[in-house]
Amino acid sequence: MATNVERELPDSDAADLLALVREICDSELIGQAAEYERTGTFPRDVFHTLGRSGLLTLAHPEEYGGGGLPQAVYLQVIEELSAAWLTVGMGTSVHSLGTHALAKYGDAAQKEKWLRDSLSGERLNAYCLSEAHAGSDAKALITRATRDDDGWVLAGSKAWITHGGVADNYTVIARTSSEGDGAISAFWVPASLPGVGANPPEHKMGLKGSHTATVNFDNVRLPADALLGELGQGMKIALDALNYGRLAIAACAVGVAQAALEVATAYSRERMAFGQRIGDFQGVHFMLADMATRIAAARQLYLVGARRLDAGKNVVAEAAMAKLFATDMAMDVTTDAVQVLGGAGYTEDFPVERYMREVKVLQILEGTNQIQRSVIGRALVGR
Amino acid sequence: MKIVVCVKQVPDSWSERQLRADHRLDRDAAERVINDLDTYAVEAALQIVEQHGGETLALSMGPASAEEAVRKALQMGVDAGAVVTDDALAGSDAVATARVLAAAIASLGADLVVMGVESTDAKMSVVPAMVAEVLGWPMLTQAQALSIDGATATIERQTATGHDVVQADLPAVVSVVEKFNEPRYPSFKGITAAKKKTVDVLTLAGLGVDPTTVGTAGSPTSVAAAQPAPTRGAGVIVDEDPAAISALVDFLAERRLV
Ligand SMILES: Cc1cc2nc3c(=O)[nH]c(=O)nc-3n(C[C@H](O)[C@H](O)[C@H](O)COP(=O)(O)OP(=O)(O)OC[C@H]3O[C@@H](n4cnc5c(N)ncnc54)[C@H](O)[C@@H]3O)c2cc1C
Repeated sequence: MATNVERELPDSDAADLLALVREICDSELIGQAAEYERTGTFPRDVFHTLGRSGLLTLAHPEEYGGGGLPQAVYLQVIEELSAAWLTVGMGTSVHSLGTHALAKYGDAAQKEKWLRDSLSGERLNAYCLSEAHAGSDAKALITRATRDDDGWVLAGSKAWITHGGVADNYTVIARTSSEGDGAISAFWVPASLPGVGANPPEHKMGLKGSHTATVNFDNVRLPADALLGELGQGMKIALDALNYGRLAIAACAVGVAQAALEVATAYSRERMAFGQRIGDFQGVHFMLADMATRIAAARQLYLVGARRLDAGKNVVAEAAMAKLFATDMAMDVTTDAVQVLGGAGYTEDFPVERYMREVKVLQILEGTNQIQRSVIGRALVGR
Repeated sequence: MKIVVCVKQVPDSWSERQLRADHRLDRDAAERVINDLDTYAVEAALQIVEQHGGETLALSMGPASAEEAVRKALQMGVDAGAVVTDDALAGSDAVATARVLAAAIASLGADLVVMGVESTDAKMSVVPAMVAEVLGWPMLTQAQALSIDGATATIERQTATGHDVVQADLPAVVSVVEKFNEPRYPSFKGITAAKKKTVDVLTLAGLGVDPTTVGTAGSPTSVAAAQPAPTRGAGVIVDEDPAAISALVDFLAERRLV
């Protein structure tokens, strides 16, 4: 069942949207998740279903077919989807991350050419920043775009790319000169171009339904207008996308933690030990209370960031705080949920062991939680 | 092409349903939803219009709340709605319902009427054919596929032995089964747009229907008695020996399951 969270929504359209999302979670996501995750199958059909209902592009400009919704509503949808199935909730947010550079930095002609199609609901986009030797230290990237007469030639490999091999388009951050602050630029790369390929998906400890793969660009010829934003603006664009992305990862973490709490709470009402419900033991009681409190706090933290974004304010520190707090919280809460279920929690008969394996990655991607602390620290004391 | 889809508001079949003392369904006891099979009819109508152009209209007869079922169809993409609601309608059986729906369809005008093959509450499966009869239009029953070519509708129907392909001239009534398609979810845009679409309220007087021909008074059938379904008895346990195989085959064959 979809979550029982009472949501903060601006109007009846948003309330109807959330009701639709919960209906789709109940009928299309929750029942299938375990099997897809067990077999590592990417649920492309589910993304088509979401796309046809307009749920893949809720926060994108209406002018090009998006939903035009505020982040504060969009992120609660991401939370609901993630509570039902993290592969789908996170995948939806990564699609937005992979569309961000085009939507925000593309010019009118580029948007007409690619954004409308990207927001049709039939497409899935990906975001390529990390490289095998350049994760936290993203600026060390060596994928290179070299000018030739009528465009660019892109060469290099991007590592751990969500939707690698299944995406229709890649936003690629690449080096356009050897050094200096203006050395890195952003490009729009349709997967159909000759020379774009992907390795088989990585074998991961969780989130197996979401395919993570190295994407290879083997001298891919790009048209001149593949450059998004200004030459040399790539790192700024990549980090701006992450401000949005980190709030979404926080929403993902809150969703899974909420799902874990609901399983643990239901179990604690039924399971008997020493002649009473385990939920009546103060030891369990307090665990559930701490879980619920930290989930509520994390939800408010991502909503603070969302409201700031909606008001056009800077969220560098707020997004990092939300991502840090929510994903550490989710790791603890899912671990405690396994504890509340005891032996049953450690088996695949219940989803909590899977939740625990899945949320681990949220402490790593879109900047590890160590990197989030550096971002927050730098905002406090300056560089 | 103008397509009317009939939709009915029913108690959620996943919830506990209750009968009142007069053997009629207690419609307040469960959440009210659009009859599931009617969403297949809506999907069929939307697909026809996507291929051939035209307009779609969702029609419901029932209490004022029936508008919610119509709204659901509008959210899926149907263009407009109409609800026939009137105090005199309470207690209408299948015949009376068909009379009212047919009068509404005649008044609204249609080239094609699409309906779900049954409702999850009454489960009579007769209203579509009765509507066609009152209208004097051909009836294509239990369609699992429908195509329109000019003024001809063609359906496919599964039978015990194979497939029937049946044709009729328009205007016609088609009833659809679950196999027909997979109804779409509303889109976010569709939900917002549905609020701006109009749902006309039709009355018996407006349709020129004599109130004595509908409701309890105008219904030739009535429920004389009702009993809760018997609890399921114990199953047959077949021992694990070679004879078990033929016993199981006989069991299935008797029930025409193989
Ligand atoms: C499932 C999955 C999906 C992903 N999806 C994408 C995607 O779609 N697009 C994309 O571009 N990338 C993606 N990534 C990559 C991800 O962003 C990187 O793995 C992440 O940024 C960490 O980089 P790294 O793995 O190289 O770790 P490293 O940078 O090698 O870090 C190793 C450890 O050192 C610590 N460390 C490093 N530098 C510092 C420092 N300055 N201070 C303190 N500690 C430090 C880290 O916190 C970490 O604990 C994905 C990764 C995974 C696992």
